[in-house]
Amino acid sequence: MEEIKAAIEAAVPGAGVEIVVNPSVSGQHSLRLRPGDSVSGAVAVAKFLRDDPELALDFLSNVTGVDWPDKEIAEKVKVTRTVTKTVEGVEQAVEETVEETRKRVEPGCLEAVYHLFSVAKGHGPVVLRIKTENRTDQVELPSLTPVWRSAEFQEREIFDLYGIVFTGHPDLRRLLMWEGFKDHPMRRDYVEPDDFEYEPTAHDEVLKRAMAHQAKQKAAETVAGAADAGAGAEGTGVGA
Amino acid sequence: MREGWNRPPVMKPDGEGELLEVAMGPHHPSTHGVFRMDVALDGERVIRLKPVFGYLHRNHEKIAEGMSYLGSMPFTDRLDYLCPLTNNWAYALAVEKLTGQEVPERAEYLRVILGELTRVQNHASSIGFLIQEMGASGTPLMYAFKAREKILDLFEELTGARMMCNYMRFGGCRVDASAAWLDATRKVVAGLPGFVDEFERLLRTNEILMARTQGVGILRPELAVNAGVTGPMLRASGVNYDIRKVGGYGVYNRFKFRVPLGDHWDVYDRYMIRMLEMRESIKILEQALKDIPGGPVMDAKAKLRGFRPKPGEAYGRIESPKGELGFYLISDGGPNPYRYRVRPPSLINLTILEDMCLGQNVADVVLIFGSVDIILGEVDR
Repeated sequence: MEEIKAAIEAAVPGAGVEIVVNPSVSGQHSLRLRPGDSVSGAVAVAKFLRDDPELALDFLSNVTGVDWPDKEIAEKVKVTRTVTKTVEGVEQAVEETVEETRKRVEPGCLEAVYHLFSVAKGHGPVVLRIKTENRTDQVELPSLTPVWRSAEFQEREIFDLYGIVFTGHPDLRRLLMWEGFKDHPMRRDYVEPDDFEYEPTAHDEVLKRAMAHQAKQKAAETVAGAADAGAGAEGTGVGA
Repeated sequence: MREGWNRPPVMKPDGEGELLEVAMGPHHPSTHGVFRMDVALDGERVIRLKPVFGYLHRNHEKIAEGMSYLGSMPFTDRLDYLCPLTNNWAYALAVEKLTGQEVPERAEYLRVILGELTRVQNHASSIGFLIQEMGASGTPLMYAFKAREKILDLFEELTGARMMCNYMRFGGCRVDASAAWLDATRKVVAGLPGFVDEFERLLRTNEILMARTQGVGILRPELAVNAGVTGPMLRASGVNYDIRKVGGYGVYNRFKFRVPLGDHWDVYDRYMIRMLEMRESIKILEQALKDIPGGPVMDAKAKLRGFRPKPGEAYGRIESPKGELGFYLISDGGPNPYRYRVRPPSLINLTILEDMCLGQNVADVVLIFGSVDIILGEVDR
């Protein structure tokens, strides 16, 4: 890991690489890249990893998204403040230490994780991670599809299910959900709509028209019925 | 960016004549399920092909993140429903990497035996389907299913189910195989070389098959590697990459087998590679059935209830019959996986479908698509 980091930093000036330690026994540690521009950022690092004869990571196996929502952290803080108190009939300013629970929100992010292997050398995996700024409006990451074609569908899937926008992707559309679907179902705060069975189909139009037609007929019937009833009443009136 | 993506130009680029837009699928007989290819044709020639996914999407990953680790094991059967046991294996392997659990030797051998039986029946049926789509209606597919049926009977006897096996566990296998089952397996395996000979003799030098498949759907090795194509597809393009050899999982390093490679990179090579891989699988099966040791099939320390891996992440992958099947798990220390990801070989092998089909006839699209060998349960998840 250290060696790869050093190699990247030597080859791509200005690339901020950070090692993320994996506490599990799998020992698959990862490298976190700064998105950056294509000269010093993730794309340049990716090109280096692919083309370097030592590393030769020519095979991008797996690309996936991870959602890290905003975390609310409760902390106990000791606060000193001045309180006016009446001590022995005299008003005094007394300093008092109070323990207070404060809530701090740690901003969340979306993350793309890339698993790289080498077909030429047979080693791997080397894990890359790139984070977005936040989960709402700054969700752009550079696409690695120009470097490895295998990211094409997988980045589309992440765009679909997580809402990360990959700049530089040749054909960024939803992959699994339908066009016109609004949300990102793999996000952890996604709430399934009550009518999740609902899908806009041609039948809706037909149904709407049928219902409108029925309502019209019913209205016409009640008008006609009222007229009949009126006529009948008149008739009986005459007969009596 | 996303508007009007599937509108091919009405006129040809040179302004002479019209293009025809055809939606092959979602209920085209060749798509093995619900899958659509939006094809733009210039006469018979394909000039654009866009696959459309999602008809079978059920968000398997989200479901798995809402339940315990073991709870997803039966759901993995439904990914690639022709090969449930390799799916079980890949998932069990990823969790074992995450927790560091040991697998007893007998369980490792059982996994190899079941994995290779799965490969034989998958390759046989995938060749059967390919030839069925070429127009040889019925006969080759029934030959393939004759062998597959015997293997599914073995699965049923051992696991209780022909296709939804739910057999492997973290740290071993669910039940031990009896001596009678191993004998029955030996008998079936002894009959397999005869089946492969017969199946190969049936059509290998058939003139129609050769004319329809040779030189069709060429996939260059550089593109195959760059596009993450794996499995028989990659090896048919002449790239020597088999995770059983390089991945170091299971006990594959104890068996002698070869990795067949293609050198014409076309549909015929993919057909032949699958034939040859069946023969190699039979070799592995013979060795594994000879050497299988006694002992337990479950790690005694394995915990099934209250299973909470320590925080961390792991990516485990195996050589499934379709290609590299991987599972990526992140644990936050809870009973459910924080992130559960399936790396579906079927979906990623389709990345280059358009590249292989451009310039081919529309009838060849069916063959090229068939030679990729996908299962929609895994593509759409």
